[in-house]
Amino acid sequence: MDSLALEVGRTLAPEAIMFWILAPLAVVSALGMLFVKKAVHSALLLAWVMITLAIFYIAQGALFLGIVQIIVYTGAVMMLFLFILMLVGVDSSDSLVENIRGQRPASITAAIGLGGLLVSLIARSNLGVEAIGLQDANSNGNVQGIASELFTKYVWAFEVVSALLITAALGAMVLAHSTSTKSRTAQRDQSIARFRGASLATAAGLPGSGVYALHNAVDVPALLPDGTPAPLSVSATLDARGDMLSSKPFELEVKEVEED
Amino acid sequence: MTNAEIIATDPGWIILVKGLLIFVVCVLATLMSVWGERRLVARMQQRLGPNRVGPFGLVQALADGVKLALKEDLIPKAADRIVFVIAPIISATTCFMSFAVIPLSGKVNLFGHETVMQLTDIPVGVLYVLAIASVGVYGIVLAGWSSGSTYPLLGGLRSSAQVISYEVAMGLSLVAVFIYSGSMSTGEIVAAQNQWWFCVTLFPSFVIYAISMVGETNRAPFDLAEAEGELVGGFHTEYSSLKFALFFLAEYVNIVAVSALATTLFLGGYHALPGLGFTESWLGGWFTVIWFLAKVVFFFFIFVWLRGTLPRLRYDQFMKFGWKVLIPFSLLWILIVATLRVLSQQGAPRAVVLGFSFGVVLLVLAGSSLFESAKKRREREDAIGEVSAPSFPVPAIPGKITRNRTEQLNG
Repeated sequence: MDSLALEVGRTLAPEAIMFWILAPLAVVSALGMLFVKKAVHSALLLAWVMITLAIFYIAQGALFLGIVQIIVYTGAVMMLFLFILMLVGVDSSDSLVENIRGQRPASITAAIGLGGLLVSLIARSNLGVEAIGLQDANSNGNVQGIASELFTKYVWAFEVVSALLITAALGAMVLAHSTSTKSRTAQRDQSIARFRGASLATAAGLPGSGVYALHNAVDVPALLPDGTPAPLSVSATLDARGDMLSSKPFELEVKEVEED
Repeated sequence: MTNAEIIATDPGWIILVKGLLIFVVCVLATLMSVWGERRLVARMQQRLGPNRVGPFGLVQALADGVKLALKEDLIPKAADRIVFVIAPIISATTCFMSFAVIPLSGKVNLFGHETVMQLTDIPVGVLYVLAIASVGVYGIVLAGWSSGSTYPLLGGLRSSAQVISYEVAMGLSLVAVFIYSGSMSTGEIVAAQNQWWFCVTLFPSFVIYAISMVGETNRAPFDLAEAEGELVGGFHTEYSSLKFALFFLAEYVNIVAVSALATTLFLGGYHALPGLGFTESWLGGWFTVIWFLAKVVFFFFIFVWLRGTLPRLRYDQFMKFGWKVLIPFSLLWILIVATLRVLSQQGAPRAVVLGFSFGVVLLVLAGSSLFESAKKRREREDAIGEVSAPSFPVPAIPGKITRNRTEQLNG
C-alpha cells in the first residue's frame, strides 16, 4: 500500500488514505451492482460508484471534471431509475431462471475473456510516470483550459456529436410517439361536454361515495335522495375489479310511519 | 486578494470553527424560518399564527421539533427498509453542503485571524451547488419509491421529472452570470458585482433563476411532489417521527440555500445596497453578514408570499411552462448575452452594440405582437357558443338581471 503511494511519487498521505477507504467501497458497490436482485438497488449502487469516481477526480485536481461527473451521472442515473419504473415495474426482481439455452456458459466465457484482456492491458500500463504538460495546460486555470480546447480545437467534433445525439433523441421520439386517432380530451373539453350533455345532473362533477358509520365507504355507492344507490359514486376501477359492495347492509332501516 | 487566496491561509481550527458556525446558522435559520413562515402566512390570511410558546411564539418550531422526535417511528411493511432509512439522510445531509461555497461576508477578523466567512472557494463553486442539489433530489425520489405505496411513488416520480426539467432552466440562467463574471467561483462572482448587481444587468436571467429555484425546492405553487390535495403527503406520506423531521429540515435549509445562492449570484452577495458602501466596514467588516442575511430574508419573504398568494399549478401546465417557455426563453437570452459580450470584448463601437440591442428589442416586440394576435384569433375560434337553457331554475346571469329588473319596473 505504501509502496504504491511512494511509487507514484507525488501522492500525498491524505490522498492515499482516501483512496484506500473509497476504492474498496467503489469496487464492492460495483460488484454489488451486478449481483443485487432489484434493478433500483443496482441503479443506486451505480450512482454511488459514479460519486466515488468523482471524488477521485477531485482529489487528482480535476475539479471541473469531478463536479460535472456528479451532475451528468446523477441525472443519467435518475433517468435510468425512471426507465426501470416504466419498463420493468416498481419492485420487480431479476429472475434467475435461464431462458436461453447455453446462455450462462457463453456469457461466463465472454466475461472471462474480456476480464483477461482488460487485466493484461492495464497490467502493462506504466504508473508513476511524470505527467508532462499538465502545468502548462492548467496555466490559465483548469476550467479555462478545458473551455479553450473545447471551443477551439475540438469544436467540430463536439458539434458533430451533439448533432448525432439530437438526431437520435428526435428519432426515438418519432418512433415512440404514436399519433392518436382522436384528440385527447383536455379539462376544457370535458367541461364543455358536461354542460352540453343530455343531462345537467353531473355538471358539478360525479357524486361522492357513500358515507356510512360501519364501513370505509370508497367502495360502497352513495344513496340518492330517493333512496336508490348511485353506482357513479364509486370509482370505475373498483367497479371493473368487482370490488363494489352493495350499500344495502349499511342503509338505515326506514320504518313506514303509520298514519293514524 | 481573492477569496480563494484568503481562505488558503486559514489554519485548520479556523476551518472547523467556520464549518460549525455555518451549520449552527443553518439550523437556527430553519427554526426561525418555520416560525417566520407560519406568522407571515397567518398575517396574509388574517390570522395570528403561532403565538403561545415563548415570546411571539418564537419557540414554536423548537417545540414542534421535540414533538416530532418523540413520535412513534413507523416503517411500513411493504417498504424497502434500507432505502427507506437512507432517503431522509440523503436529503438532510446534502442540503447543508451547498453552504460551503457561499460567501457570507467580506474580510472579517475571526479570533484574531483575517479571513472571509466562506468555507471554501473552489473555481467551480456554482456547479458544485448544482451537483449537490441534484444529489439531494435522490432523497425525495428514493423516499417515494421505497415507501411501497402509490401516493409516495407518484410524488417521487413527479419530483424527478420536475427536477430534470427545471434544472435545465436553472443551469441555463446561470450561464449568463458565468459569461459576465468570467468565473464560476462564488467569491469572484460577488466581486464582479462590485458596481452593478447582476439582477439589474442580467434581469431576465434573474427572473428565470427565481422561478426555477421555487420549482427546485418543491415549494408552492410548484409543490406538486407533495400536493396534499391529490397525493395526501406526496413523497413523505409514509414517513413519521425523526425521519419526517429530516425531510422538513431539508426543505427549509434548501429554501435558505437557494436564497443564499440567488443573493450571491444576482443581488451582490454580502455587498451593501448601492450608495451605502461605507457600511461594509462597520463592526470590523461583520456588518456585511447583516447585508447578506437581509437579502436572504428578502428572498424568503418572496417564497412565503408566493405560497400565500398563488394556487398550485396543474402538472401538465407546470411541465409545459418549464419546457416551452423557460428553456427556449433562456436559450434565446444566452445568445443575446453572448453576442453582446463578444461585441464589447472585441471593442465594437458603441453604435454597433446599441444597434444590436435595439434590433433585439424590435424583434421581441414584433414577435410578441404576432403571438398576441394569433392568441386572440385562437380564442375567437374556440369561444363557446350560448349554452342551452338549463331545465331547472338557476340564478340569472348578471347582465340579464338588469334587463329583467327594468322590465319589471316598467310594468
